[in-house]
Amino acid sequence: MSMIPADLRYTKSHEWLRTLPDGSIEIGITDHAQQALGDLVFVEVPAAGRKLAAGDACAVVESVKAASDVYSPLGGEVTAGNELLATQPELVNRDPYGQGWIFRLKPSGSGGAALFDADGYRAELAAAG
Amino acid sequence: MLDRIGVRAIDDLFDEIPRELRIDALTGVPEALPEMEVARLAAARAAVDGRPLNFIGAGAYEHHIPAPVWALASRGEIYSAYTPYQAEASQGTLQIMYEYQSMIAGLTAMDVSNASLYDGASALAEACLMAVRAHRRSKSARILLPATVNPAWRRVARAISEGQGLTLENLPFDAAQGRTDPKSLDRFAGQDITAVAIQQPNFFGQLEDADALTRWARANGALAIAAVNPVALALLAPPGEWGDGGVDIACGDAQPFGVPLSSGGPYVGFMACRMEHVRQMPGRIAGRTVDAEGKPGFTLTLQAREQHIRRGKATSNICTNQGLLMTAATIHLALLGPAGLERVARACVARTRQLVEALARLPGVREAFSGPRFHEAVLQLDRPVAPLLESLAAEGIIGGIDLARDYPELGNALLVCATETRTEGDIETYARALGRLLGRAAAA
Amino acid sequence: MTMRKPEPLIFELSRRDRGATAQYPSPEEADIPAGFRRKQPPPLPEVSELQAVRHYTRLSQLNFGIDTHFYPLGSCTMKYNPRACNSLAMLPGFLGRHPLAPAATGQGVLACLFELQEMLRHVTGMAGVSLTPMAGAQGEFAGVAMIRAYHRARGDTARNQIIVPDAAHGTNPATATMCGMKVREIPSRPDGDVDVAALDAALSPATAGIMLTNPSTLGVFERRIVEIARKVHEAGGLLYYDGANLNAILGKVRPGDMGFDVIHMNLHKTFSTPHGGGGPGSGAVGVGKRLLPFLPVPVVARDGERYRWLDERDLPGSIGRLSGFMGNTGVLLRAWVYMRILGAAGMRRVAEFSTLNANYLLARLTEAGFDAAYPGRRASHEFIITLKRQAREQGVTAMDFAKRLLDHGYHAPTTYFPLLVPECLLIEPTETETREELDGFVEALAAIRGEAESDAASVKSAPHTMPVRRLDDVRAARQLDIAWKPVAA
Repeated sequence: MSMIPADLRYTKSHEWLRTLPDGSIEIGITDHAQQALGDLVFVEVPAAGRKLAAGDACAVVESVKAASDVYSPLGGEVTAGNELLATQPELVNRDPYGQGWIFRLKPSGSGGAALFDADGYRAELAAAG
Repeated sequence: MLDRIGVRAIDDLFDEIPRELRIDALTGVPEALPEMEVARLAAARAAVDGRPLNFIGAGAYEHHIPAPVWALASRGEIYSAYTPYQAEASQGTLQIMYEYQSMIAGLTAMDVSNASLYDGASALAEACLMAVRAHRRSKSARILLPATVNPAWRRVARAISEGQGLTLENLPFDAAQGRTDPKSLDRFAGQDITAVAIQQPNFFGQLEDADALTRWARANGALAIAAVNPVALALLAPPGEWGDGGVDIACGDAQPFGVPLSSGGPYVGFMACRMEHVRQMPGRIAGRTVDAEGKPGFTLTLQAREQHIRRGKATSNICTNQGLLMTAATIHLALLGPAGLERVARACVARTRQLVEALARLPGVREAFSGPRFHEAVLQLDRPVAPLLESLAAEGIIGGIDLARDYPELGNALLVCATETRTEGDIETYARALGRLLGRAAAA
Repeated sequence: MTMRKPEPLIFELSRRDRGATAQYPSPEEADIPAGFRRKQPPPLPEVSELQAVRHYTRLSQLNFGIDTHFYPLGSCTMKYNPRACNSLAMLPGFLGRHPLAPAATGQGVLACLFELQEMLRHVTGMAGVSLTPMAGAQGEFAGVAMIRAYHRARGDTARNQIIVPDAAHGTNPATATMCGMKVREIPSRPDGDVDVAALDAALSPATAGIMLTNPSTLGVFERRIVEIARKVHEAGGLLYYDGANLNAILGKVRPGDMGFDVIHMNLHKTFSTPHGGGGPGSGAVGVGKRLLPFLPVPVVARDGERYRWLDERDLPGSIGRLSGFMGNTGVLLRAWVYMRILGAAGMRRVAEFSTLNANYLLARLTEAGFDAAYPGRRASHEFIITLKRQAREQGVTAMDFAKRLLDHGYHAPTTYFPLLVPECLLIEPTETETREELDGFVEALAAIRGEAESDAASVKSAPHTMPVRRLDDVRAARQLDIAWKPVAA
């Protein structure tokens, strides 16, 4: 079973979102996603200043057997990418919702895909079987 | 066996195939021949082609191949092994890949290399595609491609990159020196250029000003791609040291290492790059690691870039490398070492110089270009080249290639090459034959 | 376990000023100006000839090859590589010839290549063949590029979608993308056939074509292929055949008859050219009449008794050149030898006996209690076993079985492809294996299953008797070491 913290929001493509005190959004991939990928060997994070539209592929997570794009759930400007992941990609496996955050975004307010709460995401995973 | 399966005849195993699709016999295909007959037929055909004296380079070079190279590469454990997907059963192949990668990286003075691509032409095409992927800030996908780059390689680059929206811009060459004039890049200054490609030595055998071209690329925010002859790298500055920090991608054909001309292939493309671009590099890569007991071993790595994982988003669709030829190249380089390779390179330069001197002595023949060269040269003749080559071929001499089709601006131009395999006697034979042909026509 | 130390790198055997001096040409003067010169010699190894011979001989002994082991690698067709193919392709007249030497001096090799073109044409039921693509993936590229060129030539520029089944080999969607096409994936049904209803929904005026393998990567024949071909043609698209599994139908069914417009063949699979540790391959392409003008050049033509090359001037609609010269000639010659030795009847036997061996192995493994992925279907020349149950019950995966097979002296089948079937082994015995070899393989798999039940840990930590234990591929990627570098002096 995978961890799904109650205080976060989620996307269908297995990203999670956390609103930070300054209003920016922190984004990573879920416990389910990191389990499916296996030990990560490489993570590519977007550069600060990059402008993204909702749904843009903006990061890559790579394991020995798979490489996946990470999609920005919202439009906005990247305020930071998690530089630690360059030398410690395993943080995403060990602490996907904490130290394994991938990037932070200042949202522009333009819409994005439907977001789930924890129960909604859990139901999504169950339905996918 | 049929009993265990539960059918009466082998044909029953094909019962899922619609009857109308099944044929009773193959037409248009000859009946079986015993090996002895096929051997006789093959020998007769090979004899028809004979063993003429070769003076062509143009991307494929005749070199002495030490006897152990193919004795070893023909071993069943190498010849009949497959891609090392089960690493524990393929440590031989994987270690050879790692050694090959190391040799190519060292020879080109680049950080890393892959385990080979199909040939030099497709390696250059892949390098152009890679440059577009690797260069984040450039959006134009425009690559400057000098006219002094091998014309066949340029055609292949076009065919392979066309579907992905690349623009290959031509750079003209200086007519006197037979090389790219760095000033011809001026008109692109300040524009969004993704990469500049440089062939060294170029198709004419002439030496480009690789430092100037590389510096221009860097100054204009473009990546630099080197297409190099690997034997020449025994003597010439390697692409990792061009300009003020080297190129981004180095590629070429390692056929001169242990791979015979074989009427056109299989050859072995190489590609090396800066470490920062390694995830954009196509092709297989072997990496050193440890096993469960901490012992050193090798395995394929960075496979997530490849087609079997990334599928539609792969760096390329490449699935094979040239394993057998890569093995031959590795063994060849191990046997030559730096000293042997340097001797080969020097002998090539010397022989070509002797060839050019012998032929340019003939009336109606002169060197087309001034300036330093490696082991090929362009000669200007006072009459069309094609008929001369035909007559020479009839005498068992393959005299070079006619440049009329690809470089009409050069007039009656002949590209010749002499490697360490050509003796002074061979050169003498060629010069005499050509002299007679030129004299005969002049007298007529 | 061996006491022998691991074989060092060739660089570690190197000592200054050692060399195989018998291989060096005499010294010469090279008048290259100083500004162009290399400052330091390249860091190549300095070893004696015997050191090199011993080193590479020992490395070869660490490999499994067809010559030494049963190698049932699904989708790779690891059949015996007849040695005659090697020795005849390397006859001096063929071996020493420069590709750009005039055709007049190459009539012998051109005759062989022309015959190969014709034999491949007839075996596949197509109208024309080009031998130039240097690998299956390049053949695929040529195929999709020809489809694109065909639509363009007719002014039909809206067609930019290639339909690909989800079971397809990864090169298929990768190739479509390389040609600037969009990939539209359709599902396969539980019985292994393509979902025709999903195909109907996917067809549109944007459809350029569909890429199919038949028999499919799931090891079964696409039973509704005639109907699929009709639908795609009616929608204005073309059909591309991935010839990876041609071995199953050689001489029994022709792709041209199934309705395919363009095909690629893997000469290193079906026509037994050597795998060489990963290559060289050769991906000759065949086309129906519609696509003849677009064939990649050069192509061999015959005028009476003379042979010549057709190039861009003869085929102005060609998609162009994919190779610096004319493809992997040495590989083509090996395929020619193989086809001449087999002959027409021999090629039919390839399909018959590869299919017989696969179905026999499937029957015996099913009897032994293994789960076929498509139990209601005939095997083609390969089939899939799923170890999903063993993974769940003993925690022993397909990967673990594969590694333990190595200890039993068998190269593992293909694992984890196709992606659709969890914990799968894709098994392709080929026609050149004896019944005894197949029986031995069944016994080994059954033994491993027994080991999994009694001592799962030993299977999960296999292999135990190979030159190395299981390798850490996570570390290989995280701590990238892909080139030996000389230690700074």
